[in-house]
Amino acid sequence: MSSDATVTPVTGGFWEDTGKRGIASWIFSTDHKRIGLLYLYSVLGFFLVGVFLGVLIRLELMAPGPTIMTAKTYNAVFTVHGVVMIFLFIIPGIPASFGNLVMPIQIGARDVAFPRLNLLSWWLYAIGAVIVLTSLFTGGGAPDTGWTFYVPFSARTGTNVSLAVFGVFVLGFSSILTGVNFVTTIHRLRAEGMNWGRLPLFVWSLYATAWVQILATPIVAITLLMVIAERTLGVGLFDPSRGGDPVMYQHLFWIYSHPAVYIMILPAMGVISEVIPVFSRKPIFGYKMIAVSSVAIAAAGSVVWGHHMFTSGMSDTAVMVFSFLTFVVAIPSAIKVFNWVSTLYRGSISLEAPMLFALSFILLFSIGGLSGLILGAAATDIHVHDTHFVVGHFHYVMFGGTGFAFFAAAHYWLPKFYGRRYKEKPAIVAWALMFVGFNVMYFTMQVLGMKGMPRRYFDYLPEFARLNFVATVGSWILVTGLIIMLVNLWRGLLKGEPFEGNPWGGASLEWITATPPPTENFEEDPVVTHGPYDFKRAGEP
Amino acid sequence: MDNQLISTTQAVDPVFIFIFGACLVMLLGITAAMILFVVRYRRSRSPEPTSDRDGSLWLEIVWTLLPTLLVLAMFYYGWSGYLTLRTVPKGALQTKAVARMWAWSFQYENGKTSDKLYVPVGKPVQVNLESKDVIHGFFVPAFRIKRDVVPGMKNHVWFVASRPGSYDIYCSQYCGTGHSAMIGKVEAVPEAQFTAWLNEAKEEKEGDEGMAHEVFEKFGCLGCHSTDGSQKVGPTFKGLYGSKVNVTRGGKKETVTADDGYLTESIKTPAAAIVEGFPPIMPAPEGITDAQVKAVVEFIKGLK
Repeated sequence: MSSDATVTPVTGGFWEDTGKRGIASWIFSTDHKRIGLLYLYSVLGFFLVGVFLGVLIRLELMAPGPTIMTAKTYNAVFTVHGVVMIFLFIIPGIPASFGNLVMPIQIGARDVAFPRLNLLSWWLYAIGAVIVLTSLFTGGGAPDTGWTFYVPFSARTGTNVSLAVFGVFVLGFSSILTGVNFVTTIHRLRAEGMNWGRLPLFVWSLYATAWVQILATPIVAITLLMVIAERTLGVGLFDPSRGGDPVMYQHLFWIYSHPAVYIMILPAMGVISEVIPVFSRKPIFGYKMIAVSSVAIAAAGSVVWGHHMFTSGMSDTAVMVFSFLTFVVAIPSAIKVFNWVSTLYRGSISLEAPMLFALSFILLFSIGGLSGLILGAAATDIHVHDTHFVVGHFHYVMFGGTGFAFFAAAHYWLPKFYGRRYKEKPAIVAWALMFVGFNVMYFTMQVLGMKGMPRRYFDYLPEFARLNFVATVGSWILVTGLIIMLVNLWRGLLKGEPFEGNPWGGASLEWITATPPPTENFEEDPVVTHGPYDFKRAGEP
Repeated sequence: MDNQLISTTQAVDPVFIFIFGACLVMLLGITAAMILFVVRYRRSRSPEPTSDRDGSLWLEIVWTLLPTLLVLAMFYYGWSGYLTLRTVPKGALQTKAVARMWAWSFQYENGKTSDKLYVPVGKPVQVNLESKDVIHGFFVPAFRIKRDVVPGMKNHVWFVASRPGSYDIYCSQYCGTGHSAMIGKVEAVPEAQFTAWLNEAKEEKEGDEGMAHEVFEKFGCLGCHSTDGSQKVGPTFKGLYGSKVNVTRGGKKETVTADDGYLTESIKTPAAAIVEGFPPIMPAPEGITDAQVKAVVEFIKGLK
């Protein structure tokens, strides 16, 4: 009998042991793994929406002049691309999906500290997302302000900014609640023997991230309410003719939105700190420095927001201080990179899919980080600020960094939760295409920015035409790789070869429990006796 | 050109070279080490790890201190270059750039206005920035200068054009539908030519056409409305007069003939009737006189 005809869905563990089935067993579940998967599919769905819009942007820019849409549509497309990617994909991305899936298991807990609050977070995320989506098709139509909602433009435009901004406001609560939940969980629910020095670095990174989520998110929430007040009541908070100040908005916005960059990248660094030692079979180099640097990045990253505003007209003293602090933040990031690379030294390196994504993370993140030095230095920032150089820079960090780490996490952890695995060869082909397409696209953008092409440009002068065409071709290669990767993951996880035990030899706690893990994660609460990278003792708790 | 004067480009480019150079060395170092380790210690060649070293205090100190020194140097170098951008040389020519959605216009101290920024070669020029509506950004890549044009705020930039030529001015701060079309020009000409241009009596074009061009210059109309039939942000002027136009007035659709009355209304109160397919974004031209409106209408009449 053909095995294809009767595809057995995923079985065992938390998929079955509650005896409940159907949609209600998911959207009302308080199991952190089910909530993690809910988040995973929600954020992936929005990621695909964002990718589609991104492809449209590149198609429009393929040639000068109007190509496939009008200027007004283009402005809405890049705004929605930004809003969806930032607020609906990358901020909740790794922490809410893989953080929820893996973190409680890694610390030996049965669940997070507040399981029902965890479910509420997902519901708030879903409600916020629905509000944002509604704003695209109601009122004056999709917002056309850019994801930064700068006043006074956002206070004047006829598009549906108020509703979109309110959606983001609701999403903020989801993020804050996840932060509270994770901080409490990591403090209170560690298994016996799981002291702070034995926490996996992924958990350390989530811990640092959670504090940023708790402390910074309320500021953007208030700021967005101010935009709504400005639009509906005409308060004049940001209107100079009524004593307001448009630059004040930028300060308030970036006080959150720069730390938000670390909400996006820190968990990604945590993933890399897990994958590299496992596939090198060697303890992570500089555990303490990596853990401390996560906290240092979270702390120092909270006081560098002004580097988004060197041209805004704020005082030269402020430019000096923010430029200095920005360089300070570069140091802990460099320390992490050096420690990751040193972990490879004299290891036994296996280039499987998670490792390829992790190694390319180091490279792409380094390019993104180093180009950030150009943006941190006051003199050079002035030339490249608000150009395609910045667009290239943050895609290197956010997509080449966080995106590739997300894919590394997917290839590393999802087989554990599905009990089935993807095929290795297509995964490697997909990775190679994505890596090449990515660099063709975003490196070209950085060159365009150096030549002076501003960002958020619907049209451009003929001298930028050739490079824009190259970047668009890069986007096709990238998307081809992405599709192969997703199809391979999807097919593999649903009907691939069984995945059992601990094939990669991981030493953290998720590798000692059953595959897939049972609802409360362990048959009996583990008593931890060694660190997460003590591979000689992999298999023992 | 004053030999002591360092141009903005000369102040910024060495900083680029220094930081790019340092970054390239770091990137090549990291990449080379990664590739070397991956090849040398791949599992087929190195089936078991040959070390379980999990840290080194000395290495951590070295690779904390070295990047610290490097970034401090970058900070200092970047800051000193920035100071040059911010320190306007004495005796700079004073000009004003007025930004509005979506056009630049320029004013000189003697009251002369222009839609291009004419400057003398080799002389420092200070551009004072003023916005009539939202935030714009004054960006001249050739001079490495950029500054936001914020309503209600006094911002300025300065530059010196070392060679005669025509340099693009972009709007760098996103400002709506016509953002990417908001391109201006710096025209650097020899000083004698500049002085003659600055002081020449206003070229009085005869009658309505002259006045219409004055209006276009003042309000930046041609940023959105073309005179050759090509489609920009707003409807073209060419062939507009006498044509049938589909508009939305007070939420209702109707078809009107573009006659004197319609055109006058559309200039003075642009929000009253919105042409189908175009966004309702044109600001009412503040302080326009009836004679000026009439001149523009006559000009449009002439564009068959």
